[in-house]
Amino acid sequence: MLFTNTTESRGTKNKRDVQQGTLALMVLKTLDVLGPLHGYGIARRIEQISGDLLSVNQGTLYPVLLKLEQERAIASKWAPSQNNRRARFYSLTSRGRRVLGAEKGKWDQTAAIVARFFDVEPGQLA
Amino acid sequence: MRFMSRSLTRLLNFIRRHRGNDRLAEEVLCHITALAEENVRAGMLPQEAYRQAKLKFGAWEPIREDFRAEESVPLFEDLLEEIRYSFRGLRRSPVFTLVAVVTLTLGIGVNIAVFGVANAVLLHPLEVSDPGNLYELRLKPWTSFKLATTSYPAFEDLQRRNTTFSGMLAFAGYIQARLTAGNVVRRVNGHAVTGNYFDLLGVKPELGRFFHPDDEHGLNSAPYVVLSNELWQSAFNRDPAVVGTTVRLDNDTFTILGVAPARFHGTEQFVWPDYWIPIVNWVGSYLQIRTNQLVTVLGRLRPGVTPQQAAENLSAITAQLAKEYPKTDAGVPVRLVRPGLYADDGEVIRGFLYSVTGLALLVFVAGCANLASLFAARAVDRGRELALRIALGASRWRLARQLIIEALILSLPGGAAALAIAYALLAALNRWQSPYGHLAVSVDARVYVAALLLTFVSALLFGIIPVRQVWRSHPLHAMKSGPGGTPLRKPALRDVLLATQITVCMLLLLASLAAVRSMARVLKLPLGFHPQGAMLAEMDLSLVEPNHDLSLDRKKAMIQALTNIPGVTAVGTVNRVPFTGGLRGVPIFRPGTAEFTVENSVLAPYVFVMSPGYLEAAGTRLVYGRDLAWSDTAEKPRVAVVNETFARQMWGEAPAIGQRFIIRERLTEIVGVVEDGKYHNLQEPSQPVAYLSLSQNERGSIIFVVRSHRAPNEIAVALDHTLIGMEPDAQIKVQRWDDVVGGVNALFPVRAATIALGVMGLLAALLAVTGIFGMAAYNVSRRMKELGIRVALGAHTRHVMSAAVGRPILLLGIGSLFGALLGMLGSRLLGQIVYQANPRDPAVLGAAILLMAFLGAIASAIPATRALTVDPSKLLRQE
Repeated sequence: MLFTNTTESRGTKNKRDVQQGTLALMVLKTLDVLGPLHGYGIARRIEQISGDLLSVNQGTLYPVLLKLEQERAIASKWAPSQNNRRARFYSLTSRGRRVLGAEKGKWDQTAAIVARFFDVEPGQLA
Repeated sequence: MRFMSRSLTRLLNFIRRHRGNDRLAEEVLCHITALAEENVRAGMLPQEAYRQAKLKFGAWEPIREDFRAEESVPLFEDLLEEIRYSFRGLRRSPVFTLVAVVTLTLGIGVNIAVFGVANAVLLHPLEVSDPGNLYELRLKPWTSFKLATTSYPAFEDLQRRNTTFSGMLAFAGYIQARLTAGNVVRRVNGHAVTGNYFDLLGVKPELGRFFHPDDEHGLNSAPYVVLSNELWQSAFNRDPAVVGTTVRLDNDTFTILGVAPARFHGTEQFVWPDYWIPIVNWVGSYLQIRTNQLVTVLGRLRPGVTPQQAAENLSAITAQLAKEYPKTDAGVPVRLVRPGLYADDGEVIRGFLYSVTGLALLVFVAGCANLASLFAARAVDRGRELALRIALGASRWRLARQLIIEALILSLPGGAAALAIAYALLAALNRWQSPYGHLAVSVDARVYVAALLLTFVSALLFGIIPVRQVWRSHPLHAMKSGPGGTPLRKPALRDVLLATQITVCMLLLLASLAAVRSMARVLKLPLGFHPQGAMLAEMDLSLVEPNHDLSLDRKKAMIQALTNIPGVTAVGTVNRVPFTGGLRGVPIFRPGTAEFTVENSVLAPYVFVMSPGYLEAAGTRLVYGRDLAWSDTAEKPRVAVVNETFARQMWGEAPAIGQRFIIRERLTEIVGVVEDGKYHNLQEPSQPVAYLSLSQNERGSIIFVVRSHRAPNEIAVALDHTLIGMEPDAQIKVQRWDDVVGGVNALFPVRAATIALGVMGLLAALLAVTGIFGMAAYNVSRRMKELGIRVALGAHTRHVMSAAVGRPILLLGIGSLFGALLGMLGSRLLGQIVYQANPRDPAVLGAAILLMAFLGAIASAIPATRALTVDPSKLLRQE
């Protein structure tokens, strides 16, 4: 009972970490492309582009935003939104831009390697 | 980099207690509203739109948790929570908290103080380069309070012939002189040292330069002086221009070469010289006499040579010297010791400090055992609370952490208070002028580390005990039984703790009682003189004129004048009083000896020069024969009075009166025999002593010993007045002999030991009382209900008593027994610390047992009364 519990919690934590990592990257890219946005706006864009990733549990975005802000990859400030309500707007910092570049490079590399593995035909490995 | 900046922000958030909850709430509201509006636009009813929006946003609680966890440091937050909780808990039991903190303060404080002294004396090397390689030459026989071992010519031979030292220096210490510099005149105390002294020790001057071997070209060739930093400060106001100027030491002129650094105080830790002069400029040709053992020899070993090999090498040389100079050199074998702590007395001082450190640690252990049992009791009482927390899902680890935090919260203020007290104590010790000299106790980093270590160790020691209990507790049991419900198991851990505590306390009590008894015994020890009721008057003429001496007639007139003071019963003079050091055996020979060589001597008694009447004034009992008389003039045959040891060692049971011996090449006849006494220190075995007559040895300083039955301050004024009237320029110092004996080296070790052990004994007694009291009070409060029922059913007082305080009393008995046994086993060790301390002494043992029983009775009185006066009806209604 005790053990299953631990493994389970560790498993969810890992899954969440991976998800958070992807999410963070998407946040950075979104802000890079669209400029300053509030939380809802970011969530909408990510949902539109990724499909199901933020169709539920959009709240998980906020811890990620805080983490990025504490890493100084993004900055935030209060500003009036379109419908004249106060909203918190997030924008990419120069450090965030560097992070995005680096992360993108890593992703491309990983994707390329994985892609090459999937492209391999049985005959080619002889 | 990213991680760092994030961690930093989180830490800052934690410290500033910055909370973004409000921000999150507003953002979330904004988000959900936007989602809902979108849904409304898609055609939903407002209520349903809002519900769907919330669903899409996800569960609020875990998000908030994640956000919080991201924002700050959860571990710290939890710790803060626990610390706050612990404070609340401790505030609820103020007596417990106070007792715990005070116990810790005492237990840690005594250790820091003792460690501070041990650190200053034992762990601080001399302020010279490579102190570990420096050794001091000693003669094989153990001597106390005596530094000089070797004659200067013998030192030169050793220096030339040895093959085991890379360098060797000699110095003659503590030379009193009158320093005259401009209008400054003061008494100073310095070293005469060989030219290589500063080079070999590797000390660099603070100002000017030091003298070197090439500054010397034979006797009286180097009239240079180096000042200590203190003397430079006090006499010259740190004036850098003094270098190159001349000063006078007694009658000789010296040029100031330089100033020693403030950290350097020679090679003895306690006695600091004011100045250094080259030894060739000290006493002139007197230096070259082989029988004058004037110097202390220090040396640095060659690489790879052991002290043992070096000692053998030097012993071989001294043996050879004895063959070459049979008249003067005795060829006593040599050993090497570490310099710094009064040569041979260093062993005693080290042993004493180590033992006291050990005893202080025992106090610490007893204190921790006491707290551990208190803590364990508390943890049992809190069993329900702890069980509830476990049942609600707190992990055992978390509870354990809580308990250790509680322990730390108690031990940290305890440690801080202890440090403050120890600091004050050490500062007081620093200011105190001990007869041993300067005791420079600095509270350095090592002391702080020790304090911190003791604090944490104590917290772990007594915090771990309840943790163990928590680990084992079953929530269900604890919840069902409630406080006080668990039956008393046979020997519980707490019983073991209390027994240990009592054992340690008994041991400490034994030690301190033994010390007090030995102090009392020392005070009653036959000294061979009676300082009570006698005054000492010293006349210092050296500031008038160095080496000034009075004629015999003048001395005689003074004695007569003092005798005429009303109330004075006896007056005499002696060249030095016992216990003030400087005693040296003088070889004597049987009549008819032709060659006065060391081998031919039969005895080496201490020699005093006294006037007629001294024996009466000092209260020394004449056993046979007569006192010396003024009629024993220089023209008459030489006479002497000897003590019983002298007589016995020379002539056995045969009467000594009329026997003769040769001393200082003069045939001397014994006219009287006096009782034995103590002369150099209290530990010495019976020493042979000869008293020569002042009328036949008229040169030399004298101390007046005046016995009277008038009040000491009255007679002191009269003495001062009379002597000043006869020598207006002299400085007169009048003291009670009691003060001189009590204040000097002789009694100091016993006093220090008695004070140290007395304080520890007191602490031990205190701990024993709190331990027994805590246990008994706890027992009674836990079994209140049971006792109430028993009283209601008409139980005997005896039974109620035994139920209430039986166990603590039993433990007291067991602990005391163990303590007494341990004390007896360790009596050898204790004897080293305190002179003649013996815990096997029935009086000491009896007193300790009585004291323990008394303490036990006091400690259990209150709980026992509480048990006996329990009102059953009230109690039963209460629960």
